Amino acid sequence: MTTTPAQTTPIIGLEGLSRDFQRPPVLAERLLALLGRKALPPVLRAVTDVDLAVRRGEVLGLVGESGCGKSTLGRMVSGILPPTQGRVTFDGQAVPTLTGRDKLGYVLGVQMIFQDPYASLNPRQKVGDIIAEPLRVHGMATSRREVIERVDTALAEVGLDPSYKERYPHQFSGGQRQRIGIARAFIVNPRFLVCDEPIAALDVSIQAQVINLFMDLRDKYELTYLFISHDLSVVRHIADRVAIMYLGRLVEIAPAADLFAQPAHPYTRALLAEIPSVKRRRRKFQPVRGELPSPLNPPPGCTFHPRCPFAIARCREERPVLRDIAPRRQSACHLSDQI
Amino acid sequence: MSGALLDVRGLRTVFHFLEGAYPAVDGISFTMRSGEVLGLVGESGSGKSVAGLSLIGLIDPPGEVVEGEVLFKGRNLRTIGESALRQVRGKEIAMIFQDSLAALNPVLTVSEQMVEAIREHADVPLPAARERVIAALRQVGISSPETRIDQYPHEFSGGMRQRVAIATALLNKPDLIIADEPTTALDVTIQGQILAEMQTLARETGTALIWITHDLGVVSELADRVAVMYAGRIVEIGGIDDVLDRPCHPYTQGLLDSIPAENAPGSRLRQIDGTAPSLAARPVGCAFRLRCQRAGPLCAEREPDVTEGPSGQSWRCHHPIPQGDRP
Ligand SMILES: Nc1ncnc2c1ncn2[C@@H]1O[C@H](COP(=O)(O)OP(=O)(O)OP(=O)(O)O)[C@@H](O)[C@H]1O
Ligand SMILES: Nc1ncnc2c1ncn2[C@@H]1O[C@H](COP(=O)(O)OP(=O)(O)OP(=O)(O)O)[C@@H](O)[C@H]1O
Ligand code: SF4
Ligand code: SF4
Ligand SMILES: [Mg+2]
Ligand SMILES: [Mg+2]
Repeated sequence: MTTTPAQTTPIIGLEGLSRDFQRPPVLAERLLALLGRKALPPVLRAVTDVDLAVRRGEVLGLVGESGCGKSTLGRMVSGILPPTQGRVTFDGQAVPTLTGRDKLGYVLGVQMIFQDPYASLNPRQKVGDIIAEPLRVHGMATSRREVIERVDTALAEVGLDPSYKERYPHQFSGGQRQRIGIARAFIVNPRFLVCDEPIAALDVSIQAQVINLFMDLRDKYELTYLFISHDLSVVRHIADRVAIMYLGRLVEIAPAADLFAQPAHPYTRALLAEIPSVKRRRRKFQPVRGELPSPLNPPPGCTFHPRCPFAIARCREERPVLRDIAPRRQSACHLSDQI
Repeated sequence: MSGALLDVRGLRTVFHFLEGAYPAVDGISFTMRSGEVLGLVGESGSGKSVAGLSLIGLIDPPGEVVEGEVLFKGRNLRTIGESALRQVRGKEIAMIFQDSLAALNPVLTVSEQMVEAIREHADVPLPAARERVIAALRQVGISSPETRIDQYPHEFSGGMRQRVAIATALLNKPDLIIADEPTTALDVTIQGQILAEMQTLARETGTALIWITHDLGVVSELADRVAVMYAGRIVEIGGIDDVLDRPCHPYTQGLLDSIPAENAPGSRLRQIDGTAPSLAARPVGCAFRLRCQRAGPLCAEREPDVTEGPSGQSWRCHHPIPQGDRP
C-alpha cells in the first residue's frame, strides 16, 4: 500500500471527547424540588476525555467491562449522540462544521450496527422496507426499481435470499436479524462501521458465521471498523489494534498482536489473565481483590487503584495520563516503566 | 443408583400451544455426586433453562413436566408435593436465575430479602442472620457490605445485582446450586472471583454445581463433567477431558471448532452452517441432521439412541466421530 497524504489523515478522529448523562429525577428529588430545595440528580460521566484516531482500513477493537462507556463512545462516533465536550472529526474535518456534500458523506459513510438484533429492527416493518429506509431518509433512490435492486444486492451481500424482503423480523433467527441489520447499514455504501457487540446476542454456533461475514465484507470493500466487544478472544481474532476502556477512559492502546503478547496496563493484564480457555482444565481460580467502582462516584487518582495489585500512594491522588510507552503503544499508568 | 446426590431419569417438559404440545426438554437423564461441577452448554433455545427449572418444579403453564424422575438424596422431587419442595428450594437446592434482575424484589432492601432467605428455613436470630448476609456479600466481592446491605436493588449496578443473587444462593450452604448464566454480564476479572468462590464451595463444603452457560472456556476451567444440549436433548455428556478433547457428537465438535481462540487470528472461523430448528419445527430423525456434515440416510429415518463409551462418555449419534480422530 502506498502512503498518500490523504491516507495518513485518520478517517475518524476523537479529540477530548466526553459525554455526561443526568438521569431523570426520582420521586424524592422531585418532592424536594417542589419544596424549593435543590436536589439535582447526580451527573454521570460515561465517557471522559477520549483521544483516538482510527486509520483507514483498520479494525480497531474497543474492549471494556459492562457499563464502561463503549456504546456511548460508539454512538458519538456515528453521530447518534452529541458529545458534551470535545469533537469527532471525519477525514480530518470536525463533524459539526461539515456542510452539504461533506456532511452527507459523513452521515452515509459512518454507519452503526447495534448490540441487540431483536430490539433494533422495527417489528411492524417488512425486512425490505427496513433495509431501504436509509435510502428514503436521505432521498437517495431515484426510482422504485432502483430501491428494489439495491435491497436485493444488500441482502445477497449478507447471505440472505432476496425473497426474504417480504417477511417481518420476527420470522428470522437472531443471526439472520443481525444480517438484516448489517444489510441496512450496507445499503448506503458506508466506509466506516461502528459494530456494537454485534455477536453478543447470537447463538454460539451462529457467532462464527457473523464474524466471518464481517471479515469478508471488510476485505471486499476495504472498510474500517470500530469493533466493540467485551469478548477478548473475538477481538483478538478480528482486530488490528485494540483500545482498552475502564470507567469511561481509555487506559491502553496497542496493536492487537503486541497487546495480547505483552499487555502493559495492569487492568489489561488482569483481563488477559482471566480469559477462559478450553485448553485449561480444573483451574484454581484466584479471588481478585477490590470491586467495580461506580461511574457516579469514580475513585480519585487512577480509577483502577482499588483493584490494582501494583497501586502505590501516588495512584490514589494523581490521575495517570495516557502516554506513549513504545512505538504505536500507549498506556495510562504511573508505573508503566517499572512493571 | 445409590450414592448419587442427584439422579435425573427421562425428564420431559412440554409447552402447550393451541396446535399441540412441544417438548422443550425431551427426556434427559444424568446423575451428579456431591461436590461435582456439571457444565450445561448448548444452543439458545435448546432447553438449558427449562431443564434447570424443571428439576426444582418451577415450570408454570403453558409449560408442564410430563415425565421422568428427579431423585435428590433418594427422594423423587416430582412426587413429594409443593410444601416439601418449597423446603428443599432455597435450602438444599438453590437456583441462580438467568435474569437476576427479575429475581430480586425491588421494594425490599438487599438485607431484608437475604435475611428472609435464611430465616425462612432456620430459626436464626436477626443479628446473626445479618452477619451471615454481610459475610456472603463480602464473599462475592461487594465492598463495605455493612453499609450496602441496607440499600435497594436499584441502587446496585447490574453486575452487583448479579452478585447479590449469587450471594443469596450461597447463604444456606445448599447441597446443589443450579446457576443459569450467572456470570455472562460480568467482566472476566469479576467472573474469576465468583468462580473462585464457587470452586471453594464445591471443594470444601461438597456443594454440587450445575453451571449453565454458553462459554465453553468457563466450563473447561470449572467443570468436572459437561453435558451438551441440542433441541431438548442431551446429545453428549461425559468427563470434561473426554468431551472437550475427544468429542463424539458432531455438534460438540462444531462448537469447539468455531471458538475464535481455536482458529488463527484473522483467519476465517470454522462455522456450523444453518440455524437450530424452532420448537415446533424439529425435523424427523436427528434434530441436527440439516446442519450435520456426517449425516447419512439413517439420520433422516430415526432419532439416534444413547450410546455409552467405556469411560462413561455418552452420545446420541448414528455416525459419531471416532475417538482420537479430531481433525
Ligand atoms: N441514556 C442514558 N442515560 C443515562 N445514563 C446512561 C445512558 N446511556 C448510558 N448511560 C450510562 O453510561 C454508562 C456507560 O454506558 P454504555 O452503555 O456506554 O456502556 P457499555 O460499555 O456499552 O456497556 P455494555 O457492555 O453493558 O453495553 C453506564 O453507567 C450507563 O448506565
Ligand atoms: N414460558 C414459555 N412459553 C413457551 N415456550 C417456552 C417458555 N419458556 C421456554 N420456552 C421454549 O422452550 C425452549 C427451551 O427454552 P430455554 O429457555 O430452556 O432455552 P435455553 O437453552 O435456556 O436458551 P438460552 O441459551 O437462550 O437461555 C425454547 O424453544 C423456548 O422458546
Ligand atoms: S496508575 Fe497505579 S493504580 Fe493505576 S494502573 Fe498504574 S499502578 Fe495501578
Ligand atoms: S445422528 Fe446423523 S445427523 Fe445426527 S449428529 Fe449424528 S451423524 Fe449427524
Ligand atoms: Mg454497550
Ligand atoms: Mg436459558
